[in-house]
Amino acid sequence: MSGQTLLSLSEIGKTFSNGTVALQGMSMDIEEGSFVSLLGPSGCGKSTALKIIAGLGNLTTGSLRWPTTSVDQLGRPDMEVSFVFQEPTLMLWATVFDNVWLPLRLKGISRAKAKDAVNEALEMVGLSGFSKSYPRELSGGMKMRVSIARALVTRPKLLLMDEPFAALDEITRSKLNDDLLTLWQTFNWTVIFVTHSVFESAYLSNRIVVMAARPGRVVADIDVDAPYPRRGDDFRNSPDYNACCSQASVALHAAMAAGDHL
Amino acid sequence: MVETTPNSGQNSVQTAPIVLDPVEMRKIRMARNERIGRWVLPIIVVILSIAGWEAFCVINEVPHYIIPRPGRVLNALIEDWALLISSLGYTLLITFSALSIAIIGGVGLAVLFAQSKWVEMSFFPYAVILQVTPIIVVAPLIFIYVDSKFVGLLICAWIVAFFPILSNTTLGLKSADHNLVDMMKLYGASRWQTLRFLRLPSALPYFLGGLKIAGGLSLIGAIVAEFVAGSGGAESGLAFRILEASYRLNIPRMFAAILLISFTGILIFMFMTFLSWLFLHKWHESAIKRES
Repeated sequence: MSGQTLLSLSEIGKTFSNGTVALQGMSMDIEEGSFVSLLGPSGCGKSTALKIIAGLGNLTTGSLRWPTTSVDQLGRPDMEVSFVFQEPTLMLWATVFDNVWLPLRLKGISRAKAKDAVNEALEMVGLSGFSKSYPRELSGGMKMRVSIARALVTRPKLLLMDEPFAALDEITRSKLNDDLLTLWQTFNWTVIFVTHSVFESAYLSNRIVVMAARPGRVVADIDVDAPYPRRGDDFRNSPDYNACCSQASVALHAAMAAGDHL
Repeated sequence: MVETTPNSGQNSVQTAPIVLDPVEMRKIRMARNERIGRWVLPIIVVILSIAGWEAFCVINEVPHYIIPRPGRVLNALIEDWALLISSLGYTLLITFSALSIAIIGGVGLAVLFAQSKWVEMSFFPYAVILQVTPIIVVAPLIFIYVDSKFVGLLICAWIVAFFPILSNTTLGLKSADHNLVDMMKLYGASRWQTLRFLRLPSALPYFLGGLKIAGGLSLIGAIVAEFVAGSGGAESGLAFRILEASYRLNIPRMFAAILLISFTGILIFMFMTFLSWLFLHKWHESAIKRES
């Protein structure tokens, strides 16, 4: 980890036109190369925060700074952010190759020139043989892999993931968790990962930001010191992991205590 | 890292003989019967109806100038073939010209609507008015204002065919996945790129649904308008042939012309269905076969 600040949020707030306070006074610095989980119940503004970081939503108060990267007119860091949604969000009419090609295509890069980058991205997620398949021919986990390949093809500095594995079964999910960690270690990006699973956040990240709802706010910031690589059950059975899970759980429940109905 | 392909798992299973429960066996039989029935049943029904028609005429001694027997209709079809086919050509020319203009206009206007809510709010009522006003009452006016009969017919057929394409395509363009719209924004896609890569493909199934309706309607529009226009001449469509034959009490020719129109309508429908299949079978839900 370089320790440089990639992104700095200060006192970010978002109020929707119907009066809902989605986010209030959220401040944090994201270090380059870190894996940060935003953990919280539904309605705590974690997805809203992610959209604001992606430049997809305006903020009501506060400011967002990218100290180390150049920014375009709209305040977005140039070509350096990718987003993975909860659903695979693929173009159903296009092949796997065309889906992954899209971000490059939008930048005016031809099929021939994009070919190597696309194939490399597909290889990273283990889908080399599937470039001609259509999304409906793939399983849920494979669709998610295509979605991740599409996010990786632009070589982003920052990867934003909005509960990407929430709809998958346990086995696929833990496989994808491992693969994601391997990729993260290899390429040294920064990841902000939104989840409502204590266990997932503790397994993946080196920092857990716990959030609470009504109004959406940060209630705890937990460092996970366990070293990488973290491998499957060895890590899941370790005291480090268990301590971290219970710490995050306590923070989560403390925030939800007062009359919150879920 | 690679998830296993569907094939690699099945090979080991297939070596054992497949044992099916009675319910599955029945399903297989049903599927086979359905495949055959889909073709055989309609043919049997058509043959029975024609036989019934023949029998009805013979038993009741219906004179041929009221209901001609099937043989006479077939005869008229053969004898008047040259006349009928040239009229059909003219009707088809109107139909497909009108349909083409309806496609260009409908899709074009839908794209415009999708770009600006203000334009849509302003002009959508006019599209509805065009649709709900029966063509038969507007057609006489059109033929008063337009000198060329061809252009008049074209306008009438276009008015009927235009709306389903416009309304379906508008709906389709708006139905693009919101997350994909967000993603386009994230990658800085231009309006044109969003349209080209996301909105138009999303609208394709809706457009094809509209086209299926519009294809039949443009034929109907072309024929109804010709009934209003009435006049004959070298360029006459099937509607005029029917009018003419009715004045002369040439009932077999009327039947033959109606038969030809029906067949044309069926062919247009089949063509549109094929077009839908061609564009959608690889990816769209409507074209996917399911096992259950």
